Amino acid sequence: MYDVAIIGAGVVGGMIARELSRYNLRTVILEKENDVAMGATKANSAIVHAGFDAKVGSLKAKLNVKGSEMMEQVAKELGVKYKRNGSLVIGFSDEDLETIKELYERGTKNGVRDLAILDREQLREIEPNIGKKATCALHAPTGAIICPYELTVASIGNAMDNGAELITSFEVTSINRENGAYEICSKDQTVSARYVVNAAGVYSDAVAKMVGDDTFTVHPRRGEYILLDKECGTLVSHTIFRTPSKMGKGILVSPTVDGNLITGPTSVDMEDKTDKSTTAEGFAHVIKETAENVEGVPFGKTITSFCGLRAVGSTGDFIITSPLKGFVNAAGIESPGLSSAPAIAEYIVDILHESGLELHKNKDFNPTRRPMHHFREASIEEKNAIIAKDKSFGKIVCRCETVTEGEILEAIRTNPKPRDLDGVKRRTRSQMGRCQGGFCSPRIVELLSRELGIKYEEVTKFGGESVINFGKTKGGKG
Amino acid sequence: MTDLVIVGSGPAGMSAAIAAYEAGIRDILILERDNRLGGILGQCIHNGFGLHRFGEELTGPEYAWRYEEKVRAMNIPFKLGTMVLDISEDKVITATNEEDGIFQIKAKAIILAMGCRERSKGALNIAGTRPAGIFSAGTAQKFVNIEGYMPGKNVVILGSGDIGLIMARRMTLEGAKVHAVCELMPYSGGLARNIEQCLNDFGIPLKLSHTVVEIHGKERLTGVTIAKVDENRRPIPETKEYITCDTLLLSVGLIPENELSKSAGVSLDRVTSGAIVDQDRQTNIEGIYACGNVLHVHDLVDYVSEEAEIAGKSAAAYIRGEKAESISVGIKTDGKIRYTVPQKITQNKDVNVYFRVSDVFRNVTVAVYKNGEKVFTKKRPKVAPGEMESVKLSCEIFSDCNELEFRLEQN
Repeated sequence: MYDVAIIGAGVVGGMIARELSRYNLRTVILEKENDVAMGATKANSAIVHAGFDAKVGSLKAKLNVKGSEMMEQVAKELGVKYKRNGSLVIGFSDEDLETIKELYERGTKNGVRDLAILDREQLREIEPNIGKKATCALHAPTGAIICPYELTVASIGNAMDNGAELITSFEVTSINRENGAYEICSKDQTVSARYVVNAAGVYSDAVAKMVGDDTFTVHPRRGEYILLDKECGTLVSHTIFRTPSKMGKGILVSPTVDGNLITGPTSVDMEDKTDKSTTAEGFAHVIKETAENVEGVPFGKTITSFCGLRAVGSTGDFIITSPLKGFVNAAGIESPGLSSAPAIAEYIVDILHESGLELHKNKDFNPTRRPMHHFREASIEEKNAIIAKDKSFGKIVCRCETVTEGEILEAIRTNPKPRDLDGVKRRTRSQMGRCQGGFCSPRIVELLSRELGIKYEEVTKFGGESVINFGKTKGGKG
Repeated sequence: MTDLVIVGSGPAGMSAAIAAYEAGIRDILILERDNRLGGILGQCIHNGFGLHRFGEELTGPEYAWRYEEKVRAMNIPFKLGTMVLDISEDKVITATNEEDGIFQIKAKAIILAMGCRERSKGALNIAGTRPAGIFSAGTAQKFVNIEGYMPGKNVVILGSGDIGLIMARRMTLEGAKVHAVCELMPYSGGLARNIEQCLNDFGIPLKLSHTVVEIHGKERLTGVTIAKVDENRRPIPETKEYITCDTLLLSVGLIPENELSKSAGVSLDRVTSGAIVDQDRQTNIEGIYACGNVLHVHDLVDYVSEEAEIAGKSAAAYIRGEKAESISVGIKTDGKIRYTVPQKITQNKDVNVYFRVSDVFRNVTVAVYKNGEKVFTKKRPKVAPGEMESVKLSCEIFSDCNELEFRLEQN
């Protein structure tokens, strides 16, 4: 019997698990995919929003501003890269300027620090490559960037180091209430827990329905992105948003914390929760608006494009409710969900406590985790000391991002352990560079096969049927 | 201080090393990132290598072995499993391997021979899903020829570069069904002999002016939608066609890998994506040379070896401190001729100038102009982007001018 079962290993579930691991509790995270961070968490804008956007008095406003303030410390403890690069909302007209003034007022009421409205010259002074037609901007210096899957891997890894458990490939099919506890079933496993947190992203309405809660729905909203080479990562230093309009927030342009340039997202309401396909129209839209926002973005330097599905709740706000004792929804966590995640975690734990969960401090709790990229960030002397102990850190496997065999093996052996090529990619940055795994993926398949004790042809890209190879060649040694 | 450091031990690196050795240089070090010498030739187990050089058809590993044997016989030092991380403008090389850790070497001269990489799917922005089963042709070649595994059974190939054509045949021989090779352009970027021997001989259709417009499948690839493109390379919606397949191989171009060259301050040519070099294959940084596919993409390895010998010999002369009479003649092209290598002439000697054209042209003359006057012509019945061309210019042409212009003229 677990004390708490968290359904969903995205950034929300991950931060909640870590928060719970501060206490003497048996916590389990149930994830339907082969790895953590596989839903909206792995494909979003990777922004820590300052908090001027959300409606005054909403949960989004409250948790965003608080989460954004907490994020730097959380990232530091977890060894996750975080950069407070500041954000700009740029305007192109007098109408936009009016909206920017409203955002300034709203942000100030929400408690966002140091907001300022910039004129054309001030804007160009801090961002020389800004679109020629931009005339004004809201500057929010507390806006930041972070890698959402790095944060999630680190928070779940830290929770596991502090005693939490993770079960992947566990797709919840039913939840029964038995003697005051919950019995959570997948097609072949059952887990019992006294408390349940529903952090199932786009599927959180379906999970809520399993306990009879049909007070809300969640639908997927497609967001397509284009990611550019590191050569382009310094084109702008701030995150550049457009002024929101009836048509939505529009396309942003931002450096990523790893030094690439990200552009997107589109915004299209969908029905199919599994359809993560990109479209030619989407690409055209991203490219067109990006060109208005920033001068000279070279789309010829595209590294990859992808699509994420935001979990849009039916209430317009985050849906954090407890429909029955011991069951808490963390649903409809769309933007600013990443920014709010640390605050959501605290908020949820408070709700669990109020509904009877005893919280006794885990005196062995260690809030820190070794940075995932500790080797990459080390000095040459430090690296050589590591190589002297383990020579696999001297051997480069991924050329484009210069990732060593040692780093890949370490990632495969560290909680939460990746079981496929994409899992290794998200942890090490291997396969993420210019050649997109062309040179290194065969070697990583070999390392995964060896470390996991599975056949070479059983290694997948991201679990399920996503196999890389079908079997041996006619004369294959295999 | 090492006299000569060569980055890469493919056909370019080994030829350069042997040429420098034969020119009297002994203090040479080859750095190779892979665990064996030979570079990408090791996975090119098909034949057709060495017709020009050796007058016989060798496989890739056999061609590489001809050079490796010499490197070993000459006792030219090399380090395997060694990746160069940085080259500075003053020729300090930072590299890493398992035995030495991260180390630095200062060189008198450096030859860049890192080769090229394949353009990836990411750069193409194809709409649809992102399932497993999409590989660059070279990655599939490594799985099949080196690892001994089959990355696909039902295959569509996008792009008709030589590796794509070779893999169409290779996958077929291994029992896969190759449904089509789609080429965006109205002509193939591969060698005519490969289209004959790898597609036509096996009844594999080459669909010119076609591209993949959508990728299907959530986990493993389940199919692709292809379409014909108009003269502006835009897909024509009514020509869309769905092909069921589990694998999409990409052979959509090769890009010289010049990240290290950039760190050393080497100026690059925007057309070739390789260094701008003179007839000795010396870059703008004195003592740094480039040859092979890192300089410009070749279609035949024989020319890689030839080019690398020039670089090796020239680096040897540089190390010995020899300086020849110096001139400065730039080479301009007309667009139909996309680029030349070398891009500039700095010594008064006979030079072979290599180039590629931008389209398929028939009955043309390659003309060289000096100060507005035609000083050289060479007739060609047909030229195509997939086949590198060359002309031999004698040293008199370079006198009394600072620029030559290469034009392609219709007969």
